[in-house]
Amino acid sequence: MTARSQALPAFNDPDDRPGILTVREEDEIRAKLSASWYEGSGFVAWLKSTNHKSIAKRYIVTAVIFFILGGLEAGMMRAQLSRPENRFIGPDLYNQIFTMHGSTMMFLFAVPVMEAIGLYFVPLMIGTRNVAFPRLNALGYWMYLFGGLLLYAAFFLNTGPDAGWFSYVPLAGPQYSPGKRVDVWAQMITFTEIAALIGAVEIVTTIFKQRAPGMSLNRIPLFVWAQLITAFMIIFALPAIVVSSSMLAMDRLIDTHFFNPAEGGDALLWQHLFWFFGHPEVYIIFIPALGMISSIVEAFTRRPIFGYPAMVLSLISTAFLGFGLWVHHMFATPLPQLGQSFFTAASTAIALPSGVQIFCWIATIWSGRPRYTTSFMFVIGFFLLFIIGGLTGVMIASVPYDLQVHDTYFIVSHFHYVLIGGAVFPLFGAFYFWFPKITGRMLSERLGKWNFWLFFIGMNVTFFPMHILGLLGMPRRVYTYLPEMGWGNLNALVSLGAVIIVASVCVFLANVLVSLRSGVPAGDNPWDASTLEWATSSPPPSYNHLFIPVVEGRDPLWDARDGELAVVTGLRTDRHEGLVTSLMDAEPEHRYEFKRETILPLMLAVFGGGTIIIAIFSPWGVTIGAVLSLIILTCWFWPTISPDHDTPRRGRIRRSP
Amino acid sequence: MTTAAFRDAVARSRALVIIATTGAMAACTGFQSALDPKGPKAEAVSHLNWFLVITAAVVYVAVIGALFFALRRASARPVAFARDDVEEPDRERARVRWVAGAAAVSALILLLFLFVDVSTARSLSQVGGVRPLRIDVVGHQWWWEVTYPDIGNPQNTVSTANEIHVPIGRPVLIKMTSDDVIHSFWAPNLDGKKDLIPGHETITWFRADTAGVYRGQCAEFCGHQHAKMAFFIVAEPRVNFEHWLTAQKSPATTPADSLGQAGEKVFMTGTCAMCHSIEGTSAGSKYGPDLTHLASRRTIAAGTLPNNTGNLAGWILDPQSIKPGAKMPPNQIDPQSLRALLAYLGTLR
Amino acid sequence: MTGLRFTSLLIAGVVLLASCKREQRRFRETPPAATASNSIVMSSLQPGPSVIETGTRNPYEDNAWAVAEGKTLFDQMNCSGCHSHGGGGIGPPLTDDEWIYGSDPANIFATITEGRPNGMPPFRGRLPNYQVWELVAYVRALGGLQGKAIRTTRDDHMMYKESEQARNKGHPTPTFVPPSSVQP
Repeated sequence: MTARSQALPAFNDPDDRPGILTVREEDEIRAKLSASWYEGSGFVAWLKSTNHKSIAKRYIVTAVIFFILGGLEAGMMRAQLSRPENRFIGPDLYNQIFTMHGSTMMFLFAVPVMEAIGLYFVPLMIGTRNVAFPRLNALGYWMYLFGGLLLYAAFFLNTGPDAGWFSYVPLAGPQYSPGKRVDVWAQMITFTEIAALIGAVEIVTTIFKQRAPGMSLNRIPLFVWAQLITAFMIIFALPAIVVSSSMLAMDRLIDTHFFNPAEGGDALLWQHLFWFFGHPEVYIIFIPALGMISSIVEAFTRRPIFGYPAMVLSLISTAFLGFGLWVHHMFATPLPQLGQSFFTAASTAIALPSGVQIFCWIATIWSGRPRYTTSFMFVIGFFLLFIIGGLTGVMIASVPYDLQVHDTYFIVSHFHYVLIGGAVFPLFGAFYFWFPKITGRMLSERLGKWNFWLFFIGMNVTFFPMHILGLLGMPRRVYTYLPEMGWGNLNALVSLGAVIIVASVCVFLANVLVSLRSGVPAGDNPWDASTLEWATSSPPPSYNHLFIPVVEGRDPLWDARDGELAVVTGLRTDRHEGLVTSLMDAEPEHRYEFKRETILPLMLAVFGGGTIIIAIFSPWGVTIGAVLSLIILTCWFWPTISPDHDTPRRGRIRRSP
Repeated sequence: MTTAAFRDAVARSRALVIIATTGAMAACTGFQSALDPKGPKAEAVSHLNWFLVITAAVVYVAVIGALFFALRRASARPVAFARDDVEEPDRERARVRWVAGAAAVSALILLLFLFVDVSTARSLSQVGGVRPLRIDVVGHQWWWEVTYPDIGNPQNTVSTANEIHVPIGRPVLIKMTSDDVIHSFWAPNLDGKKDLIPGHETITWFRADTAGVYRGQCAEFCGHQHAKMAFFIVAEPRVNFEHWLTAQKSPATTPADSLGQAGEKVFMTGTCAMCHSIEGTSAGSKYGPDLTHLASRRTIAAGTLPNNTGNLAGWILDPQSIKPGAKMPPNQIDPQSLRALLAYLGTLR
Repeated sequence: MTGLRFTSLLIAGVVLLASCKREQRRFRETPPAATASNSIVMSSLQPGPSVIETGTRNPYEDNAWAVAEGKTLFDQMNCSGCHSHGGGGIGPPLTDDEWIYGSDPANIFATITEGRPNGMPPFRGRLPNYQVWELVAYVRALGGLQGKAIRTTRDDHMMYKESEQARNKGHPTPTFVPPSSVQP
């Protein structure tokens, strides 16, 4: 980030009387901002967009489409497993389907959608106009999209990966997975890991340096804390899978021996590297959901979340501890018992911060005044379901217990309870909460209640019996089972539950489509919530807030109930200008110009993506692609000099009486 | 939606779940079930299971109870904007004490869990008994190679497939590895699972205290027929076990009748001998299971089918329709030769 | 809603593409037809009027699964015993471009099923035909005659040696005994 011009004069300069703008002046500024932030209409303008809201909306829609595809894959699995010795899907296709289901849900739905909601709302909540690196943000989306398209194009060409979403070697190695299926998986990882890292970098930089003046770190909303912590987790966790997927691709393409025990490699190396990423990955999915819960609980109990410092410290401890758990996925391997006990301790301990958060939310509800909107119902659903998942998680932290239930349907049940209960339910709550802000229309509460109940009931009918199936001996990833095992009835029940979940998602989609067309128009703040995204119109204008707000507490809109919100004036309206503030206390430092819309991110994604896809077939792809990408990157970083470079403009703080 | 109606609905659905669970739990006994322990390790885990489940259920009810209590109380609150209420420091301090107390209780429960977990793990790591029986298991796609080594007398080493006989009351020490991909050896009635990883040797033990036949299954995804890679552990009194082991040590003999001899010729001159071995004959390939005592096994195809003539015939003619993707090819054998072959295989007791 | 439409179109456009031949995994072939090795000729020159060839085609040309299966069979049927891993030894190398009896799939099929002078045993009746075709696909891949995407890959069992970290450090010489199933 280049420091532009000179620093602003001292904040609250006594010589500069706070001014009040007339309505006409305000309208003028509004018009100028609309004009300068307008990106154009039409398909090409859409391709060139660097507006964080536009990009985040794309992310969300694409992620929901992948959610539906992943759900369809789950439906096919359940159809096959509904009866013993069913002949609906054979083993080869089934292996591809469960791998696609896991990979889609984990890499193409869960992480992107959580990041996307962050990318949409973090700038609004902290009072800035765009994320720190708008072009990079666009690149992230295109890489994600191309990764997903690669995976599904391969799937429809019978080249879908079939070694499981965690792709253990040697099964996924060159000898036992011939063809290009696993190579497609490894390169899909490359696409999505780049997108995830880009999102993380955006979030960290934006939160650290672009907050509204007065929004010190102890005043940022818990949702923003959650996104910040998640972004740091992404930055530390993703390199492990970058390395391991590259090693796998190299083993398969150019005959290296990273995982070949016969030549000094080790099959366990893959597991360590993958799970060092894989365990934080699930917290990367879960922690943003915790942030969403806080936002929703605060709005619908009408009080600030109880125990803000405890909540923040819990989030940080969960993230930190989350990096020390990975061996609990490997308890069945011949690792020393003493070492495994360490991970039992860590896996047990991580329940404590989550517990503290739950107690704080309950205290919030206890001392608040709840409103039972659909959003809030999903939060209650979160409590009911996530706690089950969390408790089974503490159970399987025990090595002997895990050795009985590892790789059985008990584990499938556990992680679906924590992922659906702990992440998808808050996500749906967030959809119902923030849909009015994004689209300007309210979702139907009636359809929402149907959505919630069908999902809640379906989820329990589907996944609770799996606990029992696991204890009764049914392993994971089996395409069929023998009739004499006695699992048929429970499996049929589970498959029925899956149908109910499908119905629930259909109701949700219907709700979205109907409400987009004819939902009740939402005002700026239909829920009377406290955070800054509700201070602007629904949907927000492309420049987010007319003036950058100034905050003095954690709940700016509630603080401002009696008066108006203080703002910063004086930012340029002819350029995309924002304010950069200090890390801890958010004191203004200097102005910052956001980069405008450009086709370069798409081009870099095409060339970079092409590189990665060619690398599936030939290592030359890396060389050719590097050259092409270098050309695009040169254009990207070509220095520009704006006119008026050295004309400082003064800003003012505005407060109305 | 009123709170009362909501709470009722949730309580009702939870009751349903509990009923369903109990009903399902009634089918607790059986076959390949961790809830029906037949040995000390599985029994310890089963006890641990009930301890954990009950404690977890109590915690769950307590927390959800608190949540619903909070919802009910809060819904009755007259204040429209609760934030004003929060300004009272005494009340907030009281809440802090409650939350801190709950966190402390949680920490204690988690410490208790940790203690129980680690002590169970430690107690299960010691081999339970003296003079363990040594068995080697090698995992293949998609069958289990079982060897009873005899260090003193290598020619007495027994090699069989997919069926493990053990004497009751005596610990069994298993050394395992894999020939190709990662598998996992899991007989839930007796013990938890351990992975078979190529390049590593895994050592575990179990003991069967009750006579019976216990099914196990591969529990790590290993390819197309992971679903049908089962094995059976036959726990029997020591005398029966010794009898079985002695019988397994003897090589196959040439059959007395002409049909059997014709069958042996079919085996040796066709595709069978290319992959299977029969001790006492010239068939010595180690890529498929050893068939020396095929007729003594309860199942074929890694626990997929009961071992009888009809199933064996179907398996030989077209294994791909039973286990698509398995390494055994379909075999074109005319009915006459098939009859002879089956007769010969029937003599391999 | 250009965004939504565009994304949906993109994704819809990817659907319904033909199955990729490389990735097919056929576990059951229709009953193997009688070998047509009698109709294989070594040269295109023939006396008299030319006869229309009905050459036997390899059903597994360009199929990665078949090449992998062929590789497994290559070791299991002890082709490595004479041909090593393609480099040759007692038998001629298979990775070069000198094909004594022809490199056509049908030629290799005939070589394997009929045997050849100087030590190549006949496998007719010992392997079902489709497994011989898998070996044919692998041998051709060894010789570089399959597509680039169907290359042979490195072996997980090339040398029967324990990985470093699994080896017992107390013994300087390797003491690993291979599992019984891979002993020759």
